[in-house]
Amino acid sequence: MEISFDLTVAWALLLAFSVYVYVVLDGFDLGIGILYPFFPEKRDRDLLMNTVAPVWDGNETWLVLGGGGLFAAFPLAYAIIMPAVYPPIIAMLLALIFRGVAFEFRWRAGRRFSERFWDAAFIGGSVMAALTQGIILGTLLQGIEVEGRAYAGGWFDWLTPFSLLCGAAVVAGYALLGACWLNMKIEGDVQHRVRHAARIAAFITVLFIIAVSVATPFLEMEYFQRWFAWPGILEVAIVPLLVAGLIVLLARSLFVEGRDWMPMVLTLLLFLLCFAGLGVSMWPYVIPTELTLWDAASPRKSQLFMFVGAIFLVPIILAYTAYAYWVFRGKLDPDQGYH
Amino acid sequence: MDSFLGFDAVTLARIQFGFTVAFHFIFPAFSIGLASFLAVLNARYLITKNEAYLRLFKYWIKIFAISFAMGVVSGIVMSYQFGTNWSVFSDKAGPVVGPLMAYEVLTAFFLEAGFLGIMLFGREKVGNGLHMFACLMVAVGTAISATWILSVNSWMQTPVGFSIGENGQFLPEDWWAIVFNPSFPYRLAHTLTAAYLSTAFIVGGVGAWHLLRGEKKNVGVTTMFSMAMWMAAIVAPLQIFLGDLHGLNTLEHQPAKVMAMEGHYDSHPDGAPLILFGIPDSENRTIRYALEVPKLSSFILKHDFNAPLAGLDTIPDDEEPPVAIVFWSFRVMVAIGMAMALVGLWSLLSRVRGRLFDDKWLHRVALVMGPSGLVAVIAGWITTEVGRQPYVVYNTLRTADAVSPLGAQAVGASLIAFIVIYFAIFGAGIVYLLKLMHVPPQPGQRGVRSEPGPIRTAGHTASAPVATGTATAK
Repeated sequence: MEISFDLTVAWALLLAFSVYVYVVLDGFDLGIGILYPFFPEKRDRDLLMNTVAPVWDGNETWLVLGGGGLFAAFPLAYAIIMPAVYPPIIAMLLALIFRGVAFEFRWRAGRRFSERFWDAAFIGGSVMAALTQGIILGTLLQGIEVEGRAYAGGWFDWLTPFSLLCGAAVVAGYALLGACWLNMKIEGDVQHRVRHAARIAAFITVLFIIAVSVATPFLEMEYFQRWFAWPGILEVAIVPLLVAGLIVLLARSLFVEGRDWMPMVLTLLLFLLCFAGLGVSMWPYVIPTELTLWDAASPRKSQLFMFVGAIFLVPIILAYTAYAYWVFRGKLDPDQGYH
Repeated sequence: MDSFLGFDAVTLARIQFGFTVAFHFIFPAFSIGLASFLAVLNARYLITKNEAYLRLFKYWIKIFAISFAMGVVSGIVMSYQFGTNWSVFSDKAGPVVGPLMAYEVLTAFFLEAGFLGIMLFGREKVGNGLHMFACLMVAVGTAISATWILSVNSWMQTPVGFSIGENGQFLPEDWWAIVFNPSFPYRLAHTLTAAYLSTAFIVGGVGAWHLLRGEKKNVGVTTMFSMAMWMAAIVAPLQIFLGDLHGLNTLEHQPAKVMAMEGHYDSHPDGAPLILFGIPDSENRTIRYALEVPKLSSFILKHDFNAPLAGLDTIPDDEEPPVAIVFWSFRVMVAIGMAMALVGLWSLLSRVRGRLFDDKWLHRVALVMGPSGLVAVIAGWITTEVGRQPYVVYNTLRTADAVSPLGAQAVGASLIAFIVIYFAIFGAGIVYLLKLMHVPPQPGQRGVRSEPGPIRTAGHTASAPVATGTATAK
């Protein structure tokens, strides 16, 4: 009896899962930074930051798993993609430094001026990290030049209108996630303003989803056929139809009072569908039209060694991460913080 | 040749990796020690209900929060540096190195990050028991993280358990052999101990500072100084012993590194001298102005005064590590280690005579020695990393062959960005740390986020509003 279980596919799914978890979790952290300019009062800013203070570090760890997992399970892809997106990756890492230290330094600043400085670092770092993450995604979708086992393009090949479009889309999407998170965590007047921000962010995000969706099939013939060839279109058309349905529900939930968790859940689903759409376009490539998952896979022994640990550890990680969220559940009292 | 400010892409990539990792390593080294220190303080508080321990816990956890955040953000850079600057290494060594680092993420990073929030902010929400558990998980997580990354580093120094595939990749054959490679146990013990010792000296330096400023009656200050000096007295000699074992292990597996550390350009067939100081002259292949003890090196390394020791003359020129850097960084590390042991001994004498909190000169020396552990850690790391050059995977993959196909401008520009931003950001962070350390721990010490306002402080001291900076028991 032969069990057809493909370890490489399992790793691709696990990595896709960690990237998705990273995107939605750090997405709302970064979204708070993106929304910061619209909440200039110190009191509001303290409150916004405190909603994620106990969890941001864990959220960011999924990015390390995404990068580290790619390195381990698909080292060739990691070795080609990183040099191809060198400037945006470095910019993202530096942006995440500014954003990350702001969580601590802001409270230590003492003077008004330096607090303003770390606020600016939080905003700039969040926006830049979101933008560069979108640009990296766009670069991957539009194709990377490969020769042998190495990146063969120039160090500004990533810079195209499409990658910038993806970058802007991610900024908008993260702002939406951030607003939905805050809508769950905050009460009163600030929540009203957050809801307003969420409506605007949702509107802009939807426009960007449409723009990226329309542009993507024209990047590569294979994408186009994947989306528009008969009879496959009957299957893949489910994705845009579901997106349309979700958008209607999201809009309603943002205009109706109560059920503060609803916009967040719908936005998570919206991101999941966008991910599914990406999957339709890219499958079975890890670097579209150049390297399939199997071309880039590390040896079975490496994938198996990690997989044995991962199937035990990931559920445990999810369990204690969920517990940490549970500990800090509910609305924040603006007069208390956690401290 | 493609260059930037006179450096080629390989050199720039090496400088960038060395710079970012050296800066990064300061914070985890401190966090590893501090996490355990905090777990001990919290446990002792829960057992004894002695307020001094709670005071110290809240005092040091603020410092920990900042240090930890700087470690996290500078660490994420490291996890991507392999791909951005060393893509050939990533492609070839990924099948072996990648899974170990993935395990580091799965077993350590998530554990630390998941429980950090509860450790920092959650005492009142989860109760003392679970809070203690969270403290332990963070402390254990930092040590697990060090274990995996040192396993990776050790494998690159003493690679075993692999074959080379047709596509040039290192293929894992025996995971047990890879993880527990020959230099791993020694490097792990030496590095973890270094982290604990460095932290002890920082804690001791802060205690000494406040003792010198007349805080002798502050039990928080005396407790931390006393604990730190116990660490110095017990762990510093232990560390010298572990360092010696690690050195013998290096002699066995990477003899060229030890030759560079010792400054032995020439072989010594009947007993090699221990060169204490001198100036390595790579042109003439000699140590100038050498101050040396005859035959002592043979005794230390071979436990026989007359044992023959090979020198760098037995190594092909293109496999020789840069001698001067290794020679000096090794001496810096050893000198600091010896000084630490002396401070420990001094503190024991003072303690026996009942003058531990009155010995001004001990306090002055302990203050100066505060950051010395971190200097020693960096010096030790330079010794081991520069000492294994020109290889990145020892004897198998050369550093020059491992680099990404990037132009020197790209690497140079990013290097400048890293240098400017690291100095600005982490410089500011260190200023904030020093500001926190400058204020003595207070009765009713506030925890993380102690800005004035309606803040709920943890523990039983919540009801006592304390004016910051003035309420010390004098």
